Amino acid sequence: MRLINQRLSRPAILALKLAPFALVIIAYLVGSAVRLADNPADKLLPAFASMADAIDLMAFTADRRTGDYLLWTDTWASLKRLGAGLGISTALALCIGVAIGIFPVARALLGPFIGFVSMVPPLALLPVLFIMLGLGETSKIALIVIGVAPIMIRDLSQRVLDLPREQIVKAETLSASSWLIAWRVVLPQVLPRLLISLRLQLGPAFLFLIAAEAISSDSGLGYRIFLVRRYLSMDIIFPYVAWITFLAATADFGLDRLRRWLFPWSQMEGGT
Amino acid sequence: MTALSLLNVWKEYDDQIVLENVSLEIAPRSFVALVGASGCGKTTLLRLLLGQEVPTRGNILLDGTPLPKEPGPDRGVVYQRYSVFPHLTVLGNVMLGPEMAGARIWGRFFGTRQRALQDSARQMIADVGLAGSEGKYPAQLSGGMQQRLALAQALMMQPRVLLLDEPFGALDPGIRSDIHLLMQRLWNSLPMTVVMVTHDLREAFTLGTRVIALERHRTRPEEIDRYGARIGKDITVWPPRVAGGGTLYDPQNKAYGDDPVGDVETAGRPDQHKRL
Repeated sequence: MRLINQRLSRPAILALKLAPFALVIIAYLVGSAVRLADNPADKLLPAFASMADAIDLMAFTADRRTGDYLLWTDTWASLKRLGAGLGISTALALCIGVAIGIFPVARALLGPFIGFVSMVPPLALLPVLFIMLGLGETSKIALIVIGVAPIMIRDLSQRVLDLPREQIVKAETLSASSWLIAWRVVLPQVLPRLLISLRLQLGPAFLFLIAAEAISSDSGLGYRIFLVRRYLSMDIIFPYVAWITFLAATADFGLDRLRRWLFPWSQMEGGT
Repeated sequence: MTALSLLNVWKEYDDQIVLENVSLEIAPRSFVALVGASGCGKTTLLRLLLGQEVPTRGNILLDGTPLPKEPGPDRGVVYQRYSVFPHLTVLGNVMLGPEMAGARIWGRFFGTRQRALQDSARQMIADVGLAGSEGKYPAQLSGGMQQRLALAQALMMQPRVLLLDEPFGALDPGIRSDIHLLMQRLWNSLPMTVVMVTHDLREAFTLGTRVIALERHRTRPEEIDRYGARIGKDITVWPPRVAGGGTLYDPQNKAYGDDPVGDVETAGRPDQHKRL
């Protein structure tokens, strides 16, 4: 039988799904054990036990100086920035993307411009943002927006343009105005795509967030990682990375579920 | 009742002439079938009538007034595909037109207006044979049911002209003949003129009152761009069909009845009046 036609049993699928995760963990444990056997003071690959201590310190022990539980304050600070950045990007993508998709004037005016702007490397603008917008929250949120919004706008406007022309004409024969076409025909059909686009942009958004926090901040997940890096505290960095990954994966999963729940038709054949 | 007139209509795309000097009078309540080979401009002609395209030269009149330059609610359309909205249920699709016509800002009705519209939409859905599918999405319907839905959606606007672009071309023969019956019934009962593009001659003669064939009269490769299609044949279907009436061979049709079978009144002899 050809490999492409293989039928897997459910347990086999589950085992295969878990295998890479198990493999990474085992590789880490072996590497860590080897290095620690060599040098008990090794900081590069700490044992799980010392990581558990670090997690306890960061998440469940109040900071001696501020009285905060650092992991949670860091998470909250980072998520606020991420939420603001992604929220603004989503709103921009909806308004500008749909406008570019349906209005010839907006398409001619903004299409090439957005395409050009989306090629600007956002991290190269980071110093400019810090100088112009200061070191506070604004510049970090602005970095996320600059990095994420143009791509989302392009994706969404393309999705609007991909709607069959027949649908638009049909809506016109049903007495729709431009506004009603945008509101009742185009917008609901691109919302599922917006959620998909948002999912795909979670990764870049975290990248920009951590880059901004690494350079200038007093809280946040990225700030903490780059702070403890000075002490080679891999026992803190690893859990933080795992936590960020978990947050991103949860958001990814949640957005997908949200899309299926809100737009059941988008899962069906012929949907977006 | 709506008459359509095309007066010396030309349609060119850049250097290519698609339609060449097409003139046509379409009587109110006709069912015109446009036939012709692929690429002879049938669909272009339909788009001109729809307002999706504007003629390069010539005029199109709807009841004597020039056609608006964009599609509007007086002309309904059903395409072969993409005629219904995948994000709305059957009921939502059928209600969409009246909702957008009546609520210019939100495009939705609420309360009593919504309930009234729901009732008439359900009536229309039942009329096209989709009763029971109100809550389904188009992707859950078969091709034939989707086209029924597209018809219902277009007819909710009570268009004066219904334009059909190969609407039944992708359907199985059995389903197609069912939907032909539906189409005939709708054309008979609603005050509209129908123009249908089809490449199926049988369908054209089954449904139409008039069959118009578009033809390119010059087809040599060096000529094909510079000569468009014209009306090649214009056939009035015989026996004549009249919207709302039957044909000569329709036994229930009294107008043409010279047959003793049926409900025939014998002039001056009421005693002879009987059903055989």
